Amino acid sequence: MSRATAAGLARGGAFAAAGIAFPFVFNQAWIVNIGVLTLMYAALATAWNLFSGYTGYITLGQAAFFGLGAYTLGITFQHFGIGSGYNPFYALPLVGAGIAIASLPIAWIALRTRHMTFAIVTLTLLFIVQQLAFNLRSLTKGSTGLMLPTPHFAIDSYDTPFYLAMLAILLAGLSLCWLILRSKLGLMLLAIREDEEKARGLGIRVTGAKLIAWWLMVWLSAMVGGVWAYYLTFIYPESSVDPLVMIGAVLMTFLGGRGTLWGPTVGALVLVPAQQYMITKLGASRLYLVGYAAVFMVVLLLLPRGILPSLRSAIDAQRERRRTHREPRVREEAHA
Amino acid sequence: MHELVQAIILGILVGGIYALMASGLTLVFGIMKVINVAQGALVILAAYLSYALFSHLHIDPFLSILIVTPAMFVLGVAVQLVFVRSLRGPDGSELSLLVTWALALGIEGVLSVIFKTNFRVTSPSYADNSWSIFGYQVSEVRVLAFVASAVLLLALSLLLTRTRFGRAVRATVQNPTAATLLGVDANRVQTLSFGLGVSMAAAAGAVYGVIYPFNPGSHYDLISRLLSIVVLGGLGSLGGAVFAALAMGVIEAIVAVKISPVWSSFSFFVVLITFLLVRPQGIFGVRERVL
Repeated sequence: MSRATAAGLARGGAFAAAGIAFPFVFNQAWIVNIGVLTLMYAALATAWNLFSGYTGYITLGQAAFFGLGAYTLGITFQHFGIGSGYNPFYALPLVGAGIAIASLPIAWIALRTRHMTFAIVTLTLLFIVQQLAFNLRSLTKGSTGLMLPTPHFAIDSYDTPFYLAMLAILLAGLSLCWLILRSKLGLMLLAIREDEEKARGLGIRVTGAKLIAWWLMVWLSAMVGGVWAYYLTFIYPESSVDPLVMIGAVLMTFLGGRGTLWGPTVGALVLVPAQQYMITKLGASRLYLVGYAAVFMVVLLLLPRGILPSLRSAIDAQRERRRTHREPRVREEAHA
Repeated sequence: MHELVQAIILGILVGGIYALMASGLTLVFGIMKVINVAQGALVILAAYLSYALFSHLHIDPFLSILIVTPAMFVLGVAVQLVFVRSLRGPDGSELSLLVTWALALGIEGVLSVIFKTNFRVTSPSYADNSWSIFGYQVSEVRVLAFVASAVLLLALSLLLTRTRFGRAVRATVQNPTAATLLGVDANRVQTLSFGLGVSMAAAAGAVYGVIYPFNPGSHYDLISRLLSIVVLGGLGSLGGAVFAALAMGVIEAIVAVKISPVWSSFSFFVVLITFLLVRPQGIFGVRERVL
């Protein structure tokens, strides 16, 4: 095992340990609540990055699968009774897998188009799912919204199970990204992002590779949606298929760094607490939308590569300077 | 049969307005490969401007097109200069989707702060009048809106085909590099065209506010339709956008009477996805070139 791998594993282990310990150290409900939202966005951003960051195809339809996950869990509760407590969490990977498989034909059609059209077609998926949530009243109760049973978790640590579920999904997403980046699939996706025609010419099965990344993205997003629905116990079309949630995840990915492993998580750690602060301060006046747009603009126009890649090149540049000046190296800089 | 013809008439009238909005979107894409996701929000902004002019200064909404359109042209030019121009490089197009989305959120936020989120409609005295032609009821404002849209689309197409600026625009669409070599100022063409695209949204917005109730969040519904229209028509194709807009209007109206109004906008999305299965580049689109 190379030194870089060991450092990476240590970093991942430390992150997981800190993540698990967090709600037990800071156990006030409002802090854990922000923790749940932060992990939710981190997981969504990681999922978005897994597909769009690695393939270069921007999808604007992620909220559709988040919403499908939320509604599928809600409808399963209504019709099949999957139990309460922790049981629904165990059903989620299956629910997510089912949604992801069902989305493959649509993805195949959408991926026949090129980048810009693809982005738009995936955006229409979002509106299709929202329309379905409004119109299939027998399943979704339409705009009235769907109630899920309230789980009987202890009141003073009510948020913790949801926190841990979100954390589990995020860690699953990060592990998948890590594996992909080290695998042949990762190289294929990279080749697609750099030059799809050339990749195809070299015999890479571009459609297959893109569909695998798509499947994983949908699987993760749907599971996040399911946990979120169970957490809120009440969902309705506008809230569960919310373009703002998805655009938030996209923004975090851009802020942290597209195509990197930790970028989306870093972006979520920076932005979600800030976002929650803005909503509590400005929420009533809806001024927070303006603030949100402003942050978005600043990130896209001034830092389009994201924090981690910029940091990495700054560190590399500094190292290069040191080497050319032949100064003794004092210490190993921490990798971003 | 009577019901069906009535639906088709209504669909064409509605489609005309969407054609005007979509023309701006597809024009801007053709020239600079930028999808302006804020087009819907700009339509709503114009609807509010026209509403404000009507309710405070009693200016007729159709007359207010003459005020709102130039004002929004200036806004469009400013937006292009400040936000869109700096997006260059290999993934400039993709970034433009997100930047204009952020712009849409900003507009929605500002409008919600100023006008709150309840629905408005600009209602001049003749809003409820309708004509009866061969037994078909057609609302007066809808016909006026359609005529206004058609006139503006005609003006746009004349501008593109008969003027020096139009020739520069078409040259840039066909081959940006060659156009620049032949002395076309690409920056100027891009900025002015973006302004032009926004003015189309502005003109359409002024009439939109007479026909439909709107609130700051209405832009999501609009942009989802507009994007579907330009993709179905073929990104960058003006004729395609007009054709697809009319098709959307008619399909939705027919579904609304024959099946149920709640499924009307859904039906168009299904048509779009099915169509892309057969022809991924849209009706009049050309396959996007790999640069």
